[in-house]
Amino acid sequence: MAENQVLKPIPEADEASQPFFDGAMQGRLMLMRCTECGRVRLPSRMHCDDCLSEAVEWFQASGRGTVRTFAVMHQRYHPGFFDELPYNIAIVELAEGPRMASNLVGVANADIRVDMPVMVDWERHSDVAIPKFRPI
Amino acid sequence: MPHPMRGATAITGLGITPMGRVFGKSATEFAADAVRAAIKDAGLAKTEIDGLLTNAGVTGALGHGIGLFLQDYLGLADLRLLNHMNAAGSTAAQMVQYASMAIANGMANHVVCVFADAPLTEGKTSAQAYGGAARVLGRPRGMAGLYPASGFFGANTGYALAARRHMAMYGTTQDQFGAVAVAQRQWATMSPLAQMREPITLEDYHASRWIVEPLHLLDCCLVSNGAVAVIVSSAERARSMPQPPVYVLGMGQGHPGDTRHAGSEAETETGAKIAAKTVYSMAGVGPEDVDVCELYDCYTYTVLVTLEDYGFCKKGEGGPFVEDGKLGPGGALPTNTGGGELSGYYMWGMTPLSEAVIQTRGQGGARQVPKHDVVLCTGNGGVLSYHGALILSPHAR
Repeated sequence: MAENQVLKPIPEADEASQPFFDGAMQGRLMLMRCTECGRVRLPSRMHCDDCLSEAVEWFQASGRGTVRTFAVMHQRYHPGFFDELPYNIAIVELAEGPRMASNLVGVANADIRVDMPVMVDWERHSDVAIPKFRPI
Repeated sequence: MPHPMRGATAITGLGITPMGRVFGKSATEFAADAVRAAIKDAGLAKTEIDGLLTNAGVTGALGHGIGLFLQDYLGLADLRLLNHMNAAGSTAAQMVQYASMAIANGMANHVVCVFADAPLTEGKTSAQAYGGAARVLGRPRGMAGLYPASGFFGANTGYALAARRHMAMYGTTQDQFGAVAVAQRQWATMSPLAQMREPITLEDYHASRWIVEPLHLLDCCLVSNGAVAVIVSSAERARSMPQPPVYVLGMGQGHPGDTRHAGSEAETETGAKIAAKTVYSMAGVGPEDVDVCELYDCYTYTVLVTLEDYGFCKKGEGGPFVEDGKLGPGGALPTNTGGGELSGYYMWGMTPLSEAVIQTRGQGGARQVPKHDVVLCTGNGGVLSYHGALILSPHAR
């Protein structure tokens, strides 16, 4: 690999998202739930964005969701993605409520539909796993 | 009883620099040119300016946008009102609103509102100028990193996602987006200020390359260097100033927020819905009274969804509403009569505001809309997140 080759941006955990990324390595989709109002949220916000409570628990989500909406990128924005153009970007609404930016795997871009049901499918790297979604 | 702010202030000066791939000047220099032109247009002496509001475009994010220092750069002394504002594309309308509220309450007499941007450099494309995404070269930290990890870059992606949701929910088509692009280009052919003056057809629209599906190149706004300044004064002073007064009859804002959670309809229901109630009520008009629309049009879809949220048609019917060409010259609802941001020039909310001033004054030349008693002017920022609105008129009511 050429030394100056630009790779896709692979996230790494920060303190607030550590349980999410720990779970991801074990194939578990971990979310936060407000123990006062029950609202489920993606990690890294320390308060509930509905009732502002700081009371929280982590739990393993179902991994199921639906495609809220999607787009197909053709523009040469980031060198790390040039080889994959055109690629899809999807907003997945998890069964528990939160929406997440991701990509759909195992489906041709032309076959993606809004509201199609999907299941989490982990993209594994050496030290991190990233949630992608596969139609079911 | 009419709202006390209805017709309390007016836009009395307008300054527009050359637009587009204009090189050799910084955003600050463009701003100075626009302010100088606006002061002259208003027939004022520089010493009569006692308020300044500034708004930087993408150049602000790149670290060399205009700001409070513009006061000293222009040698404006003893200001009674000064701020640097940013509510993205809704800022221009908001600047006029805050200026109007200050003037109506005796805090200032003549307030300059200026936007300047110079993201384009010679030899680089617009995409390179706006492509901040490519700066994500290291490992992003935390959950926010899932966006770049999925290749989600830029406003193009956000609006493509929103447009797709509208298409899926309401059957909105690419032909309908294209109708907006074609109508606005028709207007642009008649505007000496517009960057893109060659007519286009629906076939040209479909043939233009994909940026982010469902958005073609011709769904997306331009990128421009340049600046626009307006001056806001009291209605009373405006009557003795040289230009036809552009009275501010109504003002409104709407910022719905996006919970990014089940239940949010942020892709298809915008801040315009909230702003519409305030702006119509203050002006004492409704959609049936609007003669001309100058709507923020970062994308064709933005126009379509904004028309819905202002009640020109029902939610979901924006596609069929625009498809018959009613937005273009000779149409029932003349919209973005200078070509807008798609074909005219991209000065954030100053694009609709500058054209609204021109139309309200009756100075639109070949593109002037004959009946221009009530002009709706909107600004939109984020991904349909922030919204500001004005209703302008040559009549004080």
